[in-house]
Amino acid sequence: MPRIVAPWTAERNLLTRSEEETDQSFGHNPEERPYPDLVRFGVINLDKPPGPSSHEVAAWVRSIMQVKQAGHGGTLEASEAQKPNAKEIPR
Amino acid sequence: MTGVLPVALEDATKVVQPLLAAGKEYVCVMKVHADTPESRVKEVLEEFQGKIYQRPPARASVKRRVRVRRVYYLEVMEVLGRDALFKIGCEAGTYIRKLCHDVGEILGCGAHMHELRRTRAGPFTEDEGNVTLHDVSYLYSKWQETGDESLLKRFILPMEKALGLLPKVYVRDSAVDALCHGAHLAAPGVTSLETGIESGRVVAMFTLKGEAVALGTATASTEEILKASHGIMVKNERVLMPRGTYPKLWRSKRST
Repeated sequence: MPRIVAPWTAERNLLTRSEEETDQSFGHNPEERPYPDLVRFGVINLDKPPGPSSHEVAAWVRSIMQVKQAGHGGTLEASEAQKPNAKEIPR
Repeated sequence: MTGVLPVALEDATKVVQPLLAAGKEYVCVMKVHADTPESRVKEVLEEFQGKIYQRPPARASVKRRVRVRRVYYLEVMEVLGRDALFKIGCEAGTYIRKLCHDVGEILGCGAHMHELRRTRAGPFTEDEGNVTLHDVSYLYSKWQETGDESLLKRFILPMEKALGLLPKVYVRDSAVDALCHGAHLAAPGVTSLETGIESGRVVAMFTLKGEAVALGTATASTEEILKASHGIMVKNERVLMPRGTYPKLWRSKRST
């Protein structure tokens, strides 16, 4: 079976088309973005706890940080133990 | 289920889409429903590498038709009694619960997913900058008390990090604001670019300072873009940077 390379192990090199300088009087190196842009253009690498749904976790982040919007990147279902058992629901 | 769940804030929510489409890695405990030789469990699990066919489970939020998913690797770490611990790297939309079920079907005795932890979502891993909700709550309130921005930087990463697995095209300062207004990227605006770009692939357009400007679809390969003197190289699809961040150094057709 042909092995498929994971996107995170694929190697990539940078090739230059033309040398160019950037003007430091506007924009920011992303690592040095000052507040509030730091939050506005920020992402949190969160360790999801087992109970709540991914959606609930994103909502908690929204309320903790008092931001208008927060969205998660990829649903991780809530723990089985926390979910209603379909078999126990009367028909 | 626990593990890596990237959460994008405010304007950064625009990078959620590429994250959803990015590959994932999980560590899973599968329970086999009858005593089975370890070698057999291993053998069947390892068959689920490469292209696999999967029908989404009944509870899924997508249409339930068989679809192909790519499993980059599936490494069996330990088999103990009826429990099998394995690590899997796979394409977005691969259902691990379903994979365990299907392994059980092949074994004949049945199997189910017992525990699952996501160890990677696209460029984000559990080893690098992974924080808990408690960390977020503690560091945020500490920042509110002290105003020390380094506290925020301990758990907030720049949105550019979320685009880490997309091939990048770097553009000159004079092209940035046009892109912010939705223009497509023409050859003269490109200063450098990464290998692996092909026509039809999603690429990220970056400034020379390393800021994300927009996402788009390449209309040419890395080699072609490198040689091109004119023409649209990337179709702009999603602007990430607000207009006016860089000076307007372009003129609209109407004013010329």
